[in-house]
Amino acid sequence: MAFIKRYLIPRLIQYFLVIFLGITAVFIIPRLTPTDPVRRTIQELRSRGSYLDPGSIEAMVEDLEEMYGLEGSSFDQYIAFWKRLFRGNFGVSFFQFPTPVMDLIANSLPWTLGLLLVTTFISWTIGNIVGALAGYFSRSRWAKVLDTIAMFVRPMPYYIFSFSLLLLFAYALGLFPVAGGTSIGRQIVFNLDTMLDIGRHAFLPALSLVLLGAAANFQTMKLIIQNVNSEDFVQYAKFGGVKEGRIVWRYVIRNGILPQMTNLALSLGQIFSGALITEIVFSYPGLGTLLYNAIVTGDYNLIMGIVSMSIIAITTAILVIDLIYPLFDPRIRYT
Amino acid sequence: MKTLRDLFRDYRFAFSFSVLCLLLVFAVISLFSPYDPTFWGSVPRDLKPSWEHLLGTNSKGQDVFWQATFAVRNSLIISVIAGSVSRVIAILVGMIAGYTGKTTDRVLMFISDSLLVIPLFLIIVMVAMLIRQQLTLPTLGLLLAFFGWAWDARVIRSLILSLRERQFTNTAILSGTGTLSLVMKEYMPFAMPLIFSTLINNMSWAIGLEMTLAILGLVNIDIPTLGTMLNWALSYQSILLGHWWWILTPVTLSVFLFVALYWLSVSISEYLDPRTRTQRVGVQ
Repeated sequence: MAFIKRYLIPRLIQYFLVIFLGITAVFIIPRLTPTDPVRRTIQELRSRGSYLDPGSIEAMVEDLEEMYGLEGSSFDQYIAFWKRLFRGNFGVSFFQFPTPVMDLIANSLPWTLGLLLVTTFISWTIGNIVGALAGYFSRSRWAKVLDTIAMFVRPMPYYIFSFSLLLLFAYALGLFPVAGGTSIGRQIVFNLDTMLDIGRHAFLPALSLVLLGAAANFQTMKLIIQNVNSEDFVQYAKFGGVKEGRIVWRYVIRNGILPQMTNLALSLGQIFSGALITEIVFSYPGLGTLLYNAIVTGDYNLIMGIVSMSIIAITTAILVIDLIYPLFDPRIRYT
Repeated sequence: MKTLRDLFRDYRFAFSFSVLCLLLVFAVISLFSPYDPTFWGSVPRDLKPSWEHLLGTNSKGQDVFWQATFAVRNSLIISVIAGSVSRVIAILVGMIAGYTGKTTDRVLMFISDSLLVIPLFLIIVMVAMLIRQQLTLPTLGLLLAFFGWAWDARVIRSLILSLRERQFTNTAILSGTGTLSLVMKEYMPFAMPLIFSTLINNMSWAIGLEMTLAILGLVNIDIPTLGTMLNWALSYQSILLGHWWWILTPVTLSVFLFVALYWLSVSISEYLDPRTRTQRVGVQ
């Protein structure tokens, strides 16, 4: 019971507060600017050369105001915004009129989730294990070689790194497809051929996310392990004749993995942003590419939908990581 | 002089220092450019690199070499504005939160945690989309500064928390040192290495984000930066048309810039304080 009162409730309050503030920001930001989104949309339509007569403009203004939820006072709009959010209704997309925003997001979400889950898991596991070994055997040659590679990969922003991989593997060497999630026109059915095709298309985006994530985890873990290494209990275990394998896996890595869990939770937002950017580079059919299309076509409804959904998804994922943390740290027991 | 010699013994410092100096020179000679970077058609289009046009010319009829000098200069300006303004916020928040503690600390850390947790890139995209016409170099720098302080405020706060427990804090307070002079005179020297390395990391973050925003067309693409250069090269299909000199110039320059900035921050902070290692390689 003490666990619920001392830990769970404050954590849940924080969770809902972050979502509340994030969604409120999504509501406020478009209203802070002097430009009226309705007038702007009409202007953009005009600048693309479509002719609109005055009467139809008036009708359009009304339609747009209703769609954007711009009727009534600011407070009314705010309440209406939350109501629509709870119903999962973000209005209609302009870029694929009149598909609801929610349908577009639902189509792209599996691609992003698949890419993100697989790459985060692989890069976290590989980065930490290799980093731990490199930290433990930090004088060995391969540890230094890996360290140098990580020093190169680590500072690269997602865009430049993925773009370089794209130039190298897809354009210069021609080994992988340049864009897309499947070959053009392929129906998504469950058979080996389709799976291989999806895998081939996902390879480069996944590779860039895995390499960047693994390099960051590698470096952090290596330093953590070097610190753990110099602690008394490790020395003691060595003198006591505990087998090296046991020391590495049960004593050293076990201690280093805890701060890395916290780091994963804290950097999840960045990893997610990075995945979106990588998707844009490879035109991978996930949320990132959807976001790109929304930006290019000025589809503000769609952007608000994507941002709101992302805020909820990321904060929930972090909450889950925080709640399973005690499974990994026997010193924390929420009882 | 001895410090510099010691630093140069680290190959990473030697490399990054030389690269950054070169890029700085590169940025400065933009002042002597024979062409206006915003003009189109000042030179023949799509020429390969030659002595007359060192890095060739692009499909807009601009000299890629001189365009790149402007791009490096503007990207650096944005990153310096973003880095220094966000440093001021990070130092203020970190020090106030760490020093006062209690409710102030909790509120400030809640704000910075929220900024860390929320996918900031999306929020910045939302803002940039609304004000893209007004996004000149200073405003873009300020926009990035406004969102780029959260992690570093945390790092500075934890440093202050540990300093506050030290003996000399009590000695200073008991001998009548005011809060402001305690923080400025006693704590600042400890915080400087950390602030410096976070500054460099933040600059590199700002350059990277500017490039991403530029690719998405969310900044004023008539101002040459590394990002807008890439944007133009992409929108003119320079890869398919084989204009490699145009696309590779911003890519290569930015790769060098990112590696150099990172190595500079790593080598300097290792030199100044080996103990900050764990904090430095934390989440960016």
